[in-house]
Amino acid sequence: MTHTIDPTVDHTIDATPQAGRVPTTVLPRETLPPLEHEPDRVRVGASQHERYSLPGAVAAALATALLIGPVLGMLGMGWVPLLTFVLFIVYYCVLISLTEDKRAVTDRFWQVLLWSTGALVTGVLGMVIAYVFVRGWGVYRQMDWTDLRHNFITSDMGLAGPLSPITEGGVFHALVGTLEQIGIALVITVPLGTATALFLSEVKGRFARFVRTVVEAMTALPSVVAGLFVYSTVILLFTKEQNGIAAALALTVLMLPIMIRSADVVLRLVPGNLREAGLALGGGQWAVVRHVVLPTVRSGLTTAIILGTAHGIGETAPVLLTAGVTSNTNWNPFSGPQTSLPLQALEFIKAPQPSFVTRGFATAALLLIVVLILFTLARLIGGQRAGELSVRQLRRRMARSRRDQGRVESNHDVIRHQLELLRAAHSLDSRGDHPS
Amino acid sequence: MTATVLPDYPEAGADDAVARKVPVIHAPTDQVFRHTSRAAGGIVLALMVLIGVFLTVNSVDAISSVGVGKWVTTQEWSPENNSFGIAAVLPGSIVIALVALTVAVPLSIGAALFITEVATGRLRRLMTGMVDLMAAVPSLVYGVWGLAYFQTHVVPFAEFLAKYFGWIPIFDVRGVDPSNALPNPALYTSSFFIAGIIVSLMVIPIQTSIMVESFSRAPQGEKEGAFALGATKWGMIRNVVLPFGKGGMIGAVMLGLGRALGETIAVYLIISPLFEIKFRILENGAVTIAAMIAQRYGEANDFSMSALMSAGLALFILTMFVNFTASSIISRSRSGADSEG
Repeated sequence: MTHTIDPTVDHTIDATPQAGRVPTTVLPRETLPPLEHEPDRVRVGASQHERYSLPGAVAAALATALLIGPVLGMLGMGWVPLLTFVLFIVYYCVLISLTEDKRAVTDRFWQVLLWSTGALVTGVLGMVIAYVFVRGWGVYRQMDWTDLRHNFITSDMGLAGPLSPITEGGVFHALVGTLEQIGIALVITVPLGTATALFLSEVKGRFARFVRTVVEAMTALPSVVAGLFVYSTVILLFTKEQNGIAAALALTVLMLPIMIRSADVVLRLVPGNLREAGLALGGGQWAVVRHVVLPTVRSGLTTAIILGTAHGIGETAPVLLTAGVTSNTNWNPFSGPQTSLPLQALEFIKAPQPSFVTRGFATAALLLIVVLILFTLARLIGGQRAGELSVRQLRRRMARSRRDQGRVESNHDVIRHQLELLRAAHSLDSRGDHPS
Repeated sequence: MTATVLPDYPEAGADDAVARKVPVIHAPTDQVFRHTSRAAGGIVLALMVLIGVFLTVNSVDAISSVGVGKWVTTQEWSPENNSFGIAAVLPGSIVIALVALTVAVPLSIGAALFITEVATGRLRRLMTGMVDLMAAVPSLVYGVWGLAYFQTHVVPFAEFLAKYFGWIPIFDVRGVDPSNALPNPALYTSSFFIAGIIVSLMVIPIQTSIMVESFSRAPQGEKEGAFALGATKWGMIRNVVLPFGKGGMIGAVMLGLGRALGETIAVYLIISPLFEIKFRILENGAVTIAAMIAQRYGEANDFSMSALMSAGLALFILTMFVNFTASSIISRSRSGADSEG
């Protein structure tokens, strides 16, 4: 859109610098009448018919399903949701086809299906989590939260028999096992995984591509095969018994490819020009990795590690083969069986006594809580995009920049001093060379 | 008259100038970094190769004692009688994986399209979070839910399928008396069908996240072009997003297949072992390699351990094959150009 400039009006702008003011660039502005807002010709949004057809279809479908199901007794109550859904889609399509053409009906049909898949996936996940919490709730409700030494979380099953009430015994031994095993696995996985991911994305080359292919294929390594591998190597050849370290190694074998892959994905997102800027400033490869690449991906890498941990904590199959089952607290991962949380939950649930099954659900709920905490943590840290900084990080960076300023200035002083000395020496020299 | 003057090109071989080779010399610190990270990569590679080698070496003992032919064709699993084979367990793994995929693939495509094309703003973030959370929930949790809750609620549906669609071979159930007014629900429990649905819950998040990644790469210009030509939203999805995401979709399905084949604990909790080749998915009794290993490792002496290793090797080869295919499809459909800032 162009504006015609009225030649009778003086458009010149006074841009003479004034004393005492910091000179700034002043953009020329025209004094024009404000644009008049035209009334909308097309109103965006659904028509009244469309707005009412959705709830109308839902109500009609529900009513029909209830009529066919419970009222007439032709189908059981369990069929009502399914029938409602099918009828709703039919009614809705019919209602839309009253006013719209075939293409619009197809469009609505598929959009409704897409919304339903979204709702179904969320609903099932919510149902799974809620069910485990509800079934395990009995233990936590009867738990004496004030008794810090003998509740479900702080005591083990060593003294609790099959007929003990729910208030006796707990999962402390499994908690210790999980923490130690995942700790050992992380001590191995994090440095090895990060170094390998750096090798894949920074060093590159044919060998790196080969390693990447193998690692990507290994992300689908069946967890029970990892357990079987450790069982036949570590346990049958060296330790001769199931213990914590074997479980930790099995978890390592499983977590390593997953962690390398996610770290590799994060590292691949580092903009190439950041890296090139570092190299252009004269940094070597390691300096660029240390000062440019790693700080850029810090949050992404942390997220990868936390999600890998959450994944590892929940793994049951490899631990089943390697950790061994015990009811007592075993602090030493190098000797004797050491149960972990998922394994303990499995053992509880397989038991015939109802009190054990309830304990099993409580253990699974505890495991879920741990995973949920790790997951929330990962989301909080990983909310940032690579290279974007939070306010606190910006402030820290500014403080560092200010500290650097002093150093840079003192360096300048030193250099200036040295230059002066050089110049003085030079002038002395030149005087010595050419005596007048 | 003006003529176009062609510049003189040097004749082939006349100009023997060769590009100067630019030597790359790494500083000592960089050398240390390169060698350390290369060593880490080497260790990881060695570990991964070692798994395959170890499985192979250990299963040689068992396979050679029954012979490869018998190992492939025997259905039962009793190493103590020197009679075992993967003829029942391998198809079992595949059947469960196929059931899981039948449920998971439409749901994943729907959820991925919902996230990329339908949901906006907060809803999209919420749904992405839900899918990520679904991937983080331990498989044990899905397994106990399936065992304690889902199984009892899905049995009527399985009965319905068997009653009205029993003429399709896969929905057939043996031992059902159609005239019986009180059907026996135990016939329909612990089946491939139920285990497969539970496994699908673990496959959905993996497939969805890969499909979201590939759908969101559909070019914005072509999407808007479709709208400008008068397409509805579904028309745009069908003609722009789905064709562009095809490679990613196939890769995601393969990756999901690999995951479903190896799923252990949920299947182990739900199925009751029955060593025979069968495709009647609604019927009680099923077996997979992974679940069998989890059930049988405890009783193992050296020989039956070796037998289990051979089953593990079969599963390992199958998943590696599926996954190599998947990752090559995905990497071919992915362009790396958009990572430049």
